[in-house]
Amino acid sequence: MRQLFIVALLGVATALPAQDDLLSLLGEEEEDLVIMTDASFKTTRVINSHSLENVAHGVLDFKIGHRFGFLNEGFNEFFGLDQATIRLGLDYGVTPQLMVGIGRSSYQKTVDGFVKYKLLRQCDQGCNMPITLAGVAAMSMNTQEEEDLPWYDPTVENYFSHRLAYSFQLIAGRKFSESFTLQLMPGLVHKNLVPDSTYAHDILNMGVAGRIKLTKRVAINAEYFYVPPDMLEDGYYNSFSIGFDIETGGHVFQLHATNSTGMFERAYITETVGQWSEGDIHFGFNISRVFTLHDPKAKARERIREQEQGEG
Amino acid sequence: MNTNHFKHLLAATMLLACTYATQAQERYFTRTGTIAFFSETPMENIEAHNYKVTSVWDATTGAVEFAALIKAFEFEKALMQEHFNENYMESSTFPKATFKGTFSGVTADQLKKPGTYQVDVKGDLTIHGVTKPVATTGTVEVDKEGKVKAENTFVVSPEDHDIEIPGMVRDKIAKEIQVQVRIDYQLM
Repeated sequence: MRQLFIVALLGVATALPAQDDLLSLLGEEEEDLVIMTDASFKTTRVINSHSLENVAHGVLDFKIGHRFGFLNEGFNEFFGLDQATIRLGLDYGVTPQLMVGIGRSSYQKTVDGFVKYKLLRQCDQGCNMPITLAGVAAMSMNTQEEEDLPWYDPTVENYFSHRLAYSFQLIAGRKFSESFTLQLMPGLVHKNLVPDSTYAHDILNMGVAGRIKLTKRVAINAEYFYVPPDMLEDGYYNSFSIGFDIETGGHVFQLHATNSTGMFERAYITETVGQWSEGDIHFGFNISRVFTLHDPKAKARERIREQEQGEG
Repeated sequence: MNTNHFKHLLAATMLLACTYATQAQERYFTRTGTIAFFSETPMENIEAHNYKVTSVWDATTGAVEFAALIKAFEFEKALMQEHFNENYMESSTFPKATFKGTFSGVTADQLKKPGTYQVDVKGDLTIHGVTKPVATTGTVEVDKEGKVKAENTFVVSPEDHDIEIPGMVRDKIAKEIQVQVRIDYQLM
């Protein structure tokens, strides 16, 4: 008897809630839909350092990095604008997680290449990952004529391996909100050649970078790299950069101030000669232009279209 | 009240419950509906597809609802998708587009046999947090296997929904966006 009553009640109860909100009948909709967090930064670089973002799968990113001379060089050098250090680079998204890139810098005529892989990806919906974790392995090669090498000494034989340096970096970060992203970057730079045995070949470093989005298309970025003082060669300082990201459709313009001249890891982490306190500040900009070379979802879309036409 | 009366009352309640239940069977739903939109200008053609649209349609009352997650729209170019979400639709603030309204022109009984019906669609369309009334005509088709499909094409203007388009790209984004809805309904 009592059971019958409960069944009856249940029957009424289940019939009722449908009235006002039909979609609630589906329960937690889209729970199977996984959506990754995107746009933690406007582009794949904060300023000099890598950001949490990769270029999308199938996208080629052409990057122009430009640093003028130091501001404190005065009027005769037009406050640094007479000089230029550049890096031209190409980055490509091999998969949604994997990005590779190459670059050529005027700083010591260096060619650099890197592989960046996202081990974990922060997600908005459908999974519980709160952070993005990426690993970057980079290599740089000085291609100057032997006599032009900064360490050139006619009495010492030069080996090709002296020209090489490596950098390994982990990037752990989170887009906390639409307007705030923060990332930490513990890393190691390995130099094959150092001035003498008192200097470390392996230079530990810790970077921190963040951005605050001001409007839909403008953000402020900053980054700082700390290197233990005994690991830096004399005359080199820690790198600090701050600037704006301005996005205009297919381009991202980054305008910034930095004390670093070079734009690859060995250069800006371990060979920054500028000091902010002395006014050794470069005005600089990066321009990023993306080209979609390959549309990874084209096939799936085509299949759906054919299916629809077949049915229609 | 003796036990007998109580039993009758119970029986009546259950009968009522059952009637509700039968009515409930005239509801149709999907979680995998598609919405595509097309923006055509001399400068650039843009299209995006969402294959995860949810909808529930109560064929007895005509009431119908749709919901589409903005972030589930797929574009040919990844950057377009990012800008669509970040700059135009502000999908973190307004994650969904919804429609709440009615289908009229087809009855629950008609859906049990093959046929094609013109259906008047009326209701409120909410995009980018702005709700506008919409009235259009679509088709509902029941095929030989009894599958129920609904289709409709209508026009949405970004301006109507307070979607800001800056001067630089104004020539690349159509003032009127064609929206195509295709739903394969299943009985609930």
